[in-house]
Amino acid sequence: MAASNSEVWQRGRIVESRALTPRIRRIVIEPSLPVKVVPGAHVDVRIRVAGEDDRRSYSIVDATADGRRIALSVLDSPRSRGGAAVMHGLREGDEIELTQPLVDFPLRIGARRYVLLAGGIGITAVSAMAVTLAAVRSDYTLVYVGRSRSEMAYVGELQALHGDRLVLHVGDEGTPLDVRALVGAIEDDTELYLCGPIRLMDAVRRAWVDAGLDAPNLRFETFGNSGWFDPQEFVVRVPALGLEATVGPNTSMLEALEAAGADMMYDCRKGECGLCEVLVLDLDGAIDHRDVFYSEREKNATGKMCCCVSRVVTQGATPVVTIQTT
Amino acid sequence: MKDSTVNKVLDYPRNAWYVAAWDHEVNRNILSRTVAGRPLAIYRTEDGQPVALADACWHRLAPLSMGKLVGRDGIQCPYHGIRYNSAGRCISMPAQETINPSATVPSFPVVERFRFVWVWVGDPTLAEPSLVPDMSQMDAAGWTGDGLTIEVACNYQLVLDNLMDLTHEEFLHGSSIGQEELSESDFVTSHTDTTVTVERWMLDIAPPPFWLKNMRDRFPGFEGNVDRWQIIHFEAPSTICIDVGVAKAGTGAPQGDRSQGVNGYVMNTITPERDRSCHYFWSFQRNYRLESQLITTQLRDGVSRVFKEDEDMLIAQQAAIDANPDYEFYSLNIDSGGMWVRRLIERRLEAEGLLPAAPVAAIAS
Repeated sequence: MAASNSEVWQRGRIVESRALTPRIRRIVIEPSLPVKVVPGAHVDVRIRVAGEDDRRSYSIVDATADGRRIALSVLDSPRSRGGAAVMHGLREGDEIELTQPLVDFPLRIGARRYVLLAGGIGITAVSAMAVTLAAVRSDYTLVYVGRSRSEMAYVGELQALHGDRLVLHVGDEGTPLDVRALVGAIEDDTELYLCGPIRLMDAVRRAWVDAGLDAPNLRFETFGNSGWFDPQEFVVRVPALGLEATVGPNTSMLEALEAAGADMMYDCRKGECGLCEVLVLDLDGAIDHRDVFYSEREKNATGKMCCCVSRVVTQGATPVVTIQTT
Repeated sequence: MKDSTVNKVLDYPRNAWYVAAWDHEVNRNILSRTVAGRPLAIYRTEDGQPVALADACWHRLAPLSMGKLVGRDGIQCPYHGIRYNSAGRCISMPAQETINPSATVPSFPVVERFRFVWVWVGDPTLAEPSLVPDMSQMDAAGWTGDGLTIEVACNYQLVLDNLMDLTHEEFLHGSSIGQEELSESDFVTSHTDTTVTVERWMLDIAPPPFWLKNMRDRFPGFEGNVDRWQIIHFEAPSTICIDVGVAKAGTGAPQGDRSQGVNGYVMNTITPERDRSCHYFWSFQRNYRLESQLITTQLRDGVSRVFKEDEDMLIAQQAAIDANPDYEFYSLNIDSGGMWVRRLIERRLEAEGLLPAAPVAAIAS
């Protein structure tokens, strides 16, 4: 699929906002410059959080064929950095600024078999893929994992669309996902598309490597917003710049450093490219690596971190990290 | 004032199979070729599967076609060594232990059929292999022949116009296949949603030099008049197979008995490269004297000389179009085949949103 990733900003008018679950709202937007939407696409939305301009990425769950209406679905969780509250506040007739669809997670047509694996709100990134694979009569399974059915959006619609190809794993119904069993049953020329919390992603990546499967066939998308631990406030010190900043639970270390006046290098801001890497000189706490740039080995070494997404945590007092920037 | 209905520089549908290369051009060297505006790096895996990747690395867009093939099905960027598999997914990056999850280059659907490698640069979910145009005479039993590629500096539609109206043979190809009966004889045009056919018969005429030679290849020492046919089969968006031949006059060829004649198929498929350039793949196939490589080569070279006359004209025509932007096209009755081709293509362009829908007739004020 030719993925065009030119960032074109446009206006969008909200034409629908409704609760799918107590914490997930479906938001339908009519963009001013509609284009056809391909599976795996997301939009970036301009929002204001705490008086500052910011942006958030949301997968396009579904869209009309001409792209004149696109639907997002947004989870509001205690770990949200403020975007979800803004998005949940939108009502019919409100206007927002958003990009045309961007594709960092393209679905390749033509694999012999597919497994689409969604954890929780990650269903938003893969449900359009499942629709496309059904339309081209591919061999696919959609595996959808959640803690409880009341927190899983779109279950009824997915069952109607995909029948036996949909496999649900619901924690409080006693059918949790066995990642090892799932990955163990995957054959060589199967492509797996994954979007979910970092614990699920890490478990699948580990099982994939252990099963000796081809690394390129594991495809995933992360917007860098989930970790192994709940975010907590921590302090970052940069002795070379004579600078210290407090990183609140709803901001990133990169944002805090920029706000404190550091001239930071970065590109993706979602833990993929490694450009925002900082050297860890001293650490009072533990690093919660939330990126997908470092390997397991590198993460265990704790000498570096991607400051756009990764954080520092402790059990007790305020964690402190002392770093050197590029 | 003229309300022009004829596009002078026609856009090309993206949702179509286009020939990217001859089968023999796709091998373990990387071929760089642009199809429908999309630069491609084309190669064959060790297992023999043709592959067409976007010819631009995910990282800094360096052309992958300048790189090298690695492993069973991979390609390595010439600049920083990023490697991709045949699905376009990155398989290794320099100086890091992981692979960026967004690192892919598009891998376009490819089908190998009729001695060509076809590629689909539009929406891959629509790339049905059954939509490859029928060019079965290229490799069916009972047929043989060979052809070449012409890189023509003109809009692809001008080549389609050229092939849909063979009246021009009389004027442009007078020394080989042209004769005055061409413009004197009637022709019949018909169409469907995806095809256009133009059929023309010239009965009891003296064969022009090209056809006299072919008759003598099959019927040594042949003298006399022939019945000559040209049946032009267009299949959208840009394939034209022309059933051509002559038979001894009055032996029943128009009624279907071609046993006293020679039959060829001029196979043409035109791949738009950009708006003013195209790859013109052609072959001359025949169903007689299959054993003779001499005839195969003679026909290929003979047709190649004829097509050089077309190429020169098409380039000159494109130059004149560009030099006279304020002049419009007018049409003749002989353009009916070419005009149906344009209409079928324009409908596809409209469906893809590449051409504004035809305006409703202006209301006189």
